Amino acid sequence: MSPAPLASAFRSSLSEAWAGGAGLLLPLGFFAGTATMVPFTLGSEAELLSRVGPGILWLALALSSMVTLERVFQADLQDGALDLWLQDTGSISLIAAIKTITHWLVSGFPLVLLSPLIGYMLGVPFEKMLPAMLGYAMGGLVFFLWGGVAAALSASVSRAGLLIALIALPLYVPALIFGVQMIETGLEGPNFLFLAACSLFALGVAPAAMGAALRLAAE
Amino acid sequence: MTMLSYLANPLRFMRFSRWAVPISFALGTLMIGWSLYNGLLVVPPDEKQGGDLMRAMFTHVPSAWLCMGLYAALAVASFVWYIWRHELADVAARAIAPIGAGYTALCFITGSIWGQKGWGAGWHNLILGDSRLMSVLVLFFLFLGYMALRAALETRQKAARAAAILAMVGMVNVPIIKVSVDMWQTTTIHQPSSVISIGNPAPAEERTGMDPIYLQQLLWGFGGHSLLAAAMIMMLMRAEVYSQQSERALALKLEAA
Repeated sequence: MSPAPLASAFRSSLSEAWAGGAGLLLPLGFFAGTATMVPFTLGSEAELLSRVGPGILWLALALSSMVTLERVFQADLQDGALDLWLQDTGSISLIAAIKTITHWLVSGFPLVLLSPLIGYMLGVPFEKMLPAMLGYAMGGLVFFLWGGVAAALSASVSRAGLLIALIALPLYVPALIFGVQMIETGLEGPNFLFLAACSLFALGVAPAAMGAALRLAAE
Repeated sequence: MTMLSYLANPLRFMRFSRWAVPISFALGTLMIGWSLYNGLLVVPPDEKQGGDLMRAMFTHVPSAWLCMGLYAALAVASFVWYIWRHELADVAARAIAPIGAGYTALCFITGSIWGQKGWGAGWHNLILGDSRLMSVLVLFFLFLGYMALRAALETRQKAARAAAILAMVGMVNVPIIKVSVDMWQTTTIHQPSSVISIGNPAPAEERTGMDPIYLQQLLWGFGGHSLLAAAMIMMLMRAEVYSQQSERALALKLEAA
């Protein structure tokens, strides 16, 4: 197959993210807003916040990954791009993978870059923050891939936001657990390796499921 | 397996289940009743296991086994439907989901009742603080997501395909979820599996094998709940087959009129 559909999928999801004003800033704002709510709910004691801070960031990442998932494949279904990709000889799974990774790049990766700032606000020690950022990057990829499966499955459902959340949340559990434990152990110990294995596994399995689901959605 | 392929014919399934449903329903109820009667009233309480509260075991352990078995059955039925497009497999998958969700709920409710005294914690702590009940809770959400997706898609064919993909994706994730939840709470307060300890090399005083009077009630309960679950699933499947047939009958009638 020619790489042209892949490149066009990459370019279109990039431009979709930038277009329409605040598209890219929405998850960022949601992420920062969720994390900022924490002192209001748990109290502002510095010791408590620095202890729960990294875990709160994980939760905020998981939630904000879902904010934009609804639109990832729905837009392609509505404007007919999905049908064109399906007519091409290439693999729809590959296109789905490219789209999800691009989506992670524009609305997951910025959260990783923002996390030290929020971590600093919550008083998380800096030496914990660097390995945690690596964890957020890998965990975010897992979230977007499994969330992408949920989004592809419910692409033809209107107002699917909560449905996607219900389907995807149980699949988030392993990455969440290994990621939060990795904050304590850093790059040593099995948690980092398990998290990496989770993201590789999701990279291998999720695109196939997304492809099957998209083929179904286009019918 | 030959039994399954024999029943794969909807007509044969309907003929078989007409009798199988009431029989397994009655047998299952009797066996559950027997195990509950003995478990609740006859056998002596085991002080090490939380006194009278351990009587919840006769429901808890069978439902824990069943809810995992039912999720596997859901995935297998989905796989069979997805590959061979066998209509009855989809009808089965659709029927398994609510029953499985019910057994996961039963499992963590009875588990938290049992642990209430034995582990000396408030019951809310028991679900959220114990890795094995927590992985059952995640399983509950997998069942819920499956049912919600089925309900959301408009045509039956689409719903069946999407739900089958989700069930298979869920199945490959279940072992990972299980391992990760076990690693999350390494100091679990839940006791290790102690039902089967044949050939256990541990010395006699450390062996955790179960007293035969308890094991007997447990197995009665497991047999009873399996039969009851099978009866309920077949009942739902029959209802689904009938509702599909009724649409066809209505169409034929309209055509004739």
